[in-house]
Amino acid sequence: MLFKTYLTSAIMALALIGNAHATNDENIWQQELHQQYFAGKNIEESNEIIKLEAPYRAEDPALVPIQIKSQIPQTANKYIKKITLFVDNNPYPFVGEFELTPASGKADLAMRIRVNTYSYVRAIAEMNDGKLYMSKTFVKASGGCSAPIGADLDTAMQRLGKMKFKLQPDTKMSEPHLTQLLISHPNITGMQMDQVTRFIKKSHFIDTIKVTFNDKAILTAKTDIAISADPNFRFYFIPNTTGTLKAEFTDTACESPTSRKVCTTGKSYMQTYTIKP
Amino acid sequence: MKFFQLVSLLIFTPIIFASDTIKVKEIAADVYVHFGKHELPNNHNHGEIANIGFIIGDKCVTVIDSGANPTQGKALKNTIQTITSKPICYVINTHAHPDHIYGNRAFKDAKVKFVGHHKLSRAILTRSPYYFTKSKEQFGNQLTSADVVLPSIEVKNTLQLDLGNRILELTAHPSAHTDHDLSIYDSKTDTLWLSDLLFREHLPVLDGSINGWISELERLEQNSYTYVIPGHGALVTDWKHSLQPQKKYLLLLRKEIRLLIQQGKFLEDAIKTVAYSEQKRWKLFNEFHKKNISTAFAELEWEE
Repeated sequence: MLFKTYLTSAIMALALIGNAHATNDENIWQQELHQQYFAGKNIEESNEIIKLEAPYRAEDPALVPIQIKSQIPQTANKYIKKITLFVDNNPYPFVGEFELTPASGKADLAMRIRVNTYSYVRAIAEMNDGKLYMSKTFVKASGGCSAPIGADLDTAMQRLGKMKFKLQPDTKMSEPHLTQLLISHPNITGMQMDQVTRFIKKSHFIDTIKVTFNDKAILTAKTDIAISADPNFRFYFIPNTTGTLKAEFTDTACESPTSRKVCTTGKSYMQTYTIKP
Repeated sequence: MKFFQLVSLLIFTPIIFASDTIKVKEIAADVYVHFGKHELPNNHNHGEIANIGFIIGDKCVTVIDSGANPTQGKALKNTIQTITSKPICYVINTHAHPDHIYGNRAFKDAKVKFVGHHKLSRAILTRSPYYFTKSKEQFGNQLTSADVVLPSIEVKNTLQLDLGNRILELTAHPSAHTDHDLSIYDSKTDTLWLSDLLFREHLPVLDGSINGWISELERLEQNSYTYVIPGHGALVTDWKHSLQPQKKYLLLLRKEIRLLIQQGKFLEDAIKTVAYSEQKRWKLFNEFHKKNISTAFAELEWEE
């Protein structure tokens, strides 16, 4: 019995070392993702344009808070045009791409994501002149994509489509203002599916989000299953006039969690918020 | 790697000895509890950490939670058979967490009915792929689809089960510890089997609704019971006193998170600061507290 315990521990230890080695590398990025999303393009690894921050150990793999901190201001001459996010070892590594404009004032982003196993998370910034810069960080997590869909599924389904903007009360009209958009959506990965009853039939997630201020684009995003349930985005814009902040999103359902070949278009939702001086 | 997979498969396959039993305590007349240890589920305890047990009536026996794996389930079954010759008629699962349900397979029999909250089946089915992977990687349990045993009797509000001159009252709770908690009341001994609606010593783990859990506790606090059996921790003989630490923890968690949300702060801020004054009062605080903050925050940020 004692021998069995020791042998078991030894094997578990070996298995863990094996796993850590297998995931803590650049293979998926270099051999697949770089080619697929940035074919033939040079990407400079640097924290001087954007810096990605995430907890090294994820307390809840289905709800990992990440932040992208821009290191340069958004000006008409030089600005970050797009930020693309990946989790290398997720079943579907693409997290989302976020188009920004000089109207943001500041290209910072924050959101919550799912991380399925030990993996690099990486953010690639594309400048208005086409140059690419990458910031990455390693996250230890387990089971984020197959984890139960939120704690209270019925409440989540009833609330689906609801949105809320949250702005700090001390709005200075001429400066970039931190804005939070909360969307209620279970963002089902499809990996919770059970073979017996197929209660969860397929993935069901938000695929596009558009935020505008007086019809001028602030944030335009394509997103996927790695965005946590009840998505929560933080970004900046300059509320320099009275007007309407508007968020729109659409969702989709795909047959497989890891392929986007067979998908059904879902519904669209909209929410506005009035900005007063 | 292939070699290790083969060896680990051989080692992790449970070897069941007919004589294996588990330690149980008769806390009231014919009410037996096996008290789990306060440990994280791991490769040594194989996830066997919850309080599980059984109640004997004049006609038959009901199991309440079957354990973390078929081996523990079988040991519980053997234990029952050393204590009584009456047949097992029900297995009640209080919720879908793996330390409570994966002994079910050991009780599968045409004469045994499985009982749970009306949302238990959904929870078991949508969670099993996740738990199976975790259970294999971390606790050394090889669970398969044969370990998915769903309730044939579903409780929507309340249900009475007669064990022969002993009627148990089952209550399906609104979302609290999970969204499918079931409790069992035995009027004969005035015992409430609360399972994970109550944690003692072991930090409460939130996987349902913080608002729901607090209001269920406040409601149950109005009642008095001779005995209350928590899902983790020692038997309760002074109910109104013993539920206070958990209530205090949940109230503090909610209060501090609400304050941060009002101040325009975010989940990242909450994880670093909320309710750390409770750290020394609980076992496994570091293992579960941050997850509790995340779950509670995700719920409370939708309050109007």
